[in-house]
Amino acid sequence: MSQLLKINNLSGGYHQEAIVRDVSFEVNSGDFLGVIGPNGSGKTTLLRLLSRVLPAQRGSIFLQGQDIRKLDLKEFCQKVAFVQQDTAINFSFTVWEIVLMGRIPHLKRLQPESLHDREIAQNALIMTDTTELKEKAIDELSSGERQRAIIAKALTQEPVLLFLDEPTSHLDIGHQIQILDLLKKLNRQNDLTIVMVLHDLNLASEYCNRILLLDKGKVYREGAPEEVLNYRNIEAVYKTVVVVKENPISKKPYCILVPEEERKHGH
Amino acid sequence: MKKSIPVLFILLFLAAALGVLKGSVQIPLKDFLLKDSQPIVQLRILRIFLAAIAGSGLAVSGIVLQAILRNSLAEPYLLGTSSGAGLGAVIAIILGVSGIYLPLAAFLGAVLSIILVYNLARENNKIPEQSLILSGVIVSVALSAIIVFLISISGNEALHEITWWLWGSLQVFDLKLLLTVAAIVLAGIAAIFCFAQDLNAISIGEEEAMHLGVDIERVKKILILITSLITASLVCICGIIGFVGLMIPHMMRLVVGPNHKVLIPVTCLAAACFMIACDTLSRTLIPPLEIPIGVITAILGAPTFIFLLKHKARIK
Repeated sequence: MSQLLKINNLSGGYHQEAIVRDVSFEVNSGDFLGVIGPNGSGKTTLLRLLSRVLPAQRGSIFLQGQDIRKLDLKEFCQKVAFVQQDTAINFSFTVWEIVLMGRIPHLKRLQPESLHDREIAQNALIMTDTTELKEKAIDELSSGERQRAIIAKALTQEPVLLFLDEPTSHLDIGHQIQILDLLKKLNRQNDLTIVMVLHDLNLASEYCNRILLLDKGKVYREGAPEEVLNYRNIEAVYKTVVVVKENPISKKPYCILVPEEERKHGH
Repeated sequence: MKKSIPVLFILLFLAAALGVLKGSVQIPLKDFLLKDSQPIVQLRILRIFLAAIAGSGLAVSGIVLQAILRNSLAEPYLLGTSSGAGLGAVIAIILGVSGIYLPLAAFLGAVLSIILVYNLARENNKIPEQSLILSGVIVSVALSAIIVFLISISGNEALHEITWWLWGSLQVFDLKLLLTVAAIVLAGIAAIFCFAQDLNAISIGEEEAMHLGVDIERVKKILILITSLITASLVCICGIIGFVGLMIPHMMRLVVGPNHKVLIPVTCLAAACFMIACDTLSRTLIPPLEIPIGVITAILGAPTFIFLLKHKARIK
């Protein structure tokens, strides 16, 4: 497996204050990396640093061996796409118009989309099962539909690497699974490398092949779900009590939370 | 969507024809080509040209501000940009500045007022809708008051009257200035059209635009400067005219949708028609009196503003 992303001693944040501190890790192509950690541990900040929304204060990020600061922004966006937590859009663009915007990094100013560009967008609609929504206004969709349309836009960029910041946090369990199944399929079949921030430890465990556990802006543990998700790590970072079992179907670690009242009963 | 452009061209032609034919002085159709009528006809043609330029320029400025601020209520008049430009121009005239320096002074006023409103409205790097409109209106009222004060005390004849500044007029008083302003406005609109794709990306969100490779800080600066230049040049030649940048983009989004590649040309044509019609109304409603053009646009624009404010959740 080839190395896609290499992060060396990365620090960054807002107003001189470093929220992510001295983080180093690698992402191989084909990885499905889940970034987990408590609130304020720097998950979103890390993603913003990796996607160039925030400039790094220290350290470096290499994409396919190239320092991302030296890449042209458009060139960078031809390789890397980003799906935000909740994309509330005020303007009534149609789904098709939104998805087609994914071609912007590939087009020059005033250059119209070619047939080839349209085919790529059409394909993204098919992959995300949004073809029927094509002519609908984006602000009239349900959250699940909208998130699929936004993923279709990201796929239209034809990225090698996709960042997602809690893409399922506003969705019910059915829609969460639908989105994550879609991502898994893209990861497997299209060889799309995914780095995703997730709150739900069990979803991260089921879908990701590697997990990065952040604590106070630093990497606490990194590795396969079985290596990271044990009760010692989770209790140390999240300051709570959990029991970790094995999911009988997938054999992945499964965290069971323990309310305080139950703890007193000596379980 | 494709049909709207020919339809608007026909409307524009009709509005212009009506504007030439009607006015406070009635000219019978058969006398139109007579030599005696030529000065009046020429004046009317210049007015119609100015109306078309002013309408398009103000409406496209509205589109840009709405996309950048992701707020359907943004518009040069309501954000105080026009008043800032007006104040710049008044000060320049009092200091005896003329020619190309007049639009430049107005431009300076416009940029300063945008920076002022933006910083007044900003709370933790976000711009809440209410505080944006509130800051805009406050700055606008304060700067208009200064304009009135300066005109009242200066007695400078080149300054026109207070109503001219505050409510606008499409009377052409300086052909050279008209041509300069027209060149600036048309070049500005063409430049903005080149950013149509960036405007689409920015209107779905700043971070979204960054993830699509748009250098938003640079693009925003360029667009705000062009918008200020358009607004400022127009204020120099026709005073402050409000609500056009609010009404026409809103209506055209209902017809053709928010895609700026289509929205910008369609809005230009529609706004030109609209201004010519408003100007014709202003000259013919109570002849021989001329109702200030800004009064007509405000009477039509205020209800649109209220409607948008009540339905602000959705920019259609």
